Amino acid sequence: MNEPEKHWLMRPASISLLWKVFIAILVLTVLSELLIHKHEHFGIDGTFGFSAWYGFVTCAAMVVGAKVLGYLLKRGEDYYDD
Amino acid sequence: MMIEFPPGWIIIIGALLIPITQGLLRQAVLVALPVLALTLIWTLPDNALWQTSFLEYTLSPLDFSTVGKLFATIFSLMVLVGGIYAMRTASTLELSAAFLYAGSAIGVTSSGDLISVFIYWELMAIGSTAVIWAGATSSAYKASMRYLFMHLFGGVILMAGILWHIHETGSTEFTALELAGPAQWLILIGFLVNAGAPPFSAWIADAYPEASPSGSVFLSAFTTKTAVFTLLIAFPGTSVLIPIGCFMIFYGIIYALLENDARRILSYSIVNQVGFMITGIGIGTEMALNGAAAHAFAHIVYKALLLMTAGAVLYRTGKRRCSDLGGLFHSMPITTLYGIIGALAISSFPFTSGFVSKSMISSSAAYEHITWVWFLLAAASAGVFLHAGVKYPWFVFFQKDSGLRPEESPKNMQFAMFIFAFLCIALGVFPQPLYDLLPYPVDYEPYTADHLVTQFQLLLFAGLAFFLLLPMMKRTETISLDFDWFYRKLGTKLVTGFGRKVYAVYAKQEQAFVNTLKSLVTHVYDTHKNKPKGSVARMWPIETMVFWVAILLCGYLIVYYI
Repeated sequence: MNEPEKHWLMRPASISLLWKVFIAILVLTVLSELLIHKHEHFGIDGTFGFSAWYGFVTCAAMVVGAKVLGYLLKRGEDYYDD
Repeated sequence: MMIEFPPGWIIIIGALLIPITQGLLRQAVLVALPVLALTLIWTLPDNALWQTSFLEYTLSPLDFSTVGKLFATIFSLMVLVGGIYAMRTASTLELSAAFLYAGSAIGVTSSGDLISVFIYWELMAIGSTAVIWAGATSSAYKASMRYLFMHLFGGVILMAGILWHIHETGSTEFTALELAGPAQWLILIGFLVNAGAPPFSAWIADAYPEASPSGSVFLSAFTTKTAVFTLLIAFPGTSVLIPIGCFMIFYGIIYALLENDARRILSYSIVNQVGFMITGIGIGTEMALNGAAAHAFAHIVYKALLLMTAGAVLYRTGKRRCSDLGGLFHSMPITTLYGIIGALAISSFPFTSGFVSKSMISSSAAYEHITWVWFLLAAASAGVFLHAGVKYPWFVFFQKDSGLRPEESPKNMQFAMFIFAFLCIALGVFPQPLYDLLPYPVDYEPYTADHLVTQFQLLLFAGLAFFLLLPMMKRTETISLDFDWFYRKLGTKLVTGFGRKVYAVYAKQEQAFVNTLKSLVTHVYDTHKNKPKGSVARMWPIETMVFWVAILLCGYLIVYYI
């Protein structure tokens, strides 16, 4: 008997396809900035691709920050049980 | 003639009707009463006012403001849809408690004086504690007790502030207050405790996830949002709220990133979202206050939706931890879809409700040129997508295949989720009806090309960061220390340590006393031969008796003459 076929979403080929589509969308959102007029309030937020790199960098910082804090704050699930 | 009385009472009456009804009749009560309350809220004339007096004070249990009506509307809608979600699974205690809790929250929104606010405030604490109790596990009971103490503590601070304020100003009116002295500060702190502000944020993630699947849906809506409502009325434009709100935003993100329990992730994200509202209240311009009110409305809908999906998963699998879940999209595709819609809405994804509400708050920071707040809010928007928008659906419904193939959610749960998922998108696409309910006229267009492009960039690149850094976010079966460590660990240690010392002293004294008695007894009584010994043994028993009677009589004579 054949193994039940994996769900489309779980196949390596589809995952790599999804990555490609995702990257294409990312490129598109940045390029579409060329077509619009951006309002700026603070100078730097008007520069090209600001939201893109700002979103990426701050999120990376939060993940790393959480990881570091995790070493200090994480305890076993039974920490408060007596 | 129109009946004019507080709509919250209809829901509170429901709390009494639920225990004496069952089956279809109860389901009718669960649906009809919230609908009746909604109808009453929207048919009351604008100047509806009902006042009564208590001691020498005037109470106004019915004195709606525009923003009060907005909150009363969403609270009633929440009871309605929450009731549909809960009707087949929740216990009688839970439903009844939830109605008392929600009815009191609606009571706060229609209150025109501080004494009524306080009375409803305490009723909410009791109702919500009983909702947690209804979780019916020992951890739910313990969590409910910690929760109750926290809210009684906040209630005492609030009461002290209100009494002081009334004594100082002679006014009981519930209106904008100046932070003029300790009285108003106490009121502010009392409200902030219920909002989950630092240092008291831990109670949310401690208590809510211990409730039943439907219990945590009810809990997510009322306590913190009633606090937001009271802050909107009493402390608009109080600048100290800006740093408090910003702290809550990042507290929520970081703790949610560290967390493994799916419902606790969502609880931390309540603190995060309330942080946005409190920042908006602190900024205090008309647009910011509109934004805070609109965001509370939108938030109740998508947060309830998210907790409904997490509750459905818990109900079907009995599991809450991300490390035990995954791959549920195989057998629960509808719940997965609703979870994704809720996650997009909380992330302010364009064409969802979060986008049209939250952007008013960050735009008002931009218009006011509060630079650091704007940059923090932008980073936080990306961070919300990270911790709730991607992390929650990813770890629960996708990631690795846990092999679990639970049945799809029950029909009534699906229907409740459908209503809220529909609202998330409808409010996002057609924001005007929501804008019409806001306290100030709205001169704001969320859908500009500029705003759409920057928001897509911010969120999608946050998503990129999530998937690239996925190895750093491997789930660990842990909890995270918080301020509650002081009362759950240090406090217990101090109290038990002190108790042990006191007991040791007591035990020593007791032993010494017992030893003295023993030696006295062994001195005059031979336990082996079972008869008296020593000087007592020299007399016959009858002589002993006469001897002691004589002593007693002497004693009596002496006492008589004194």
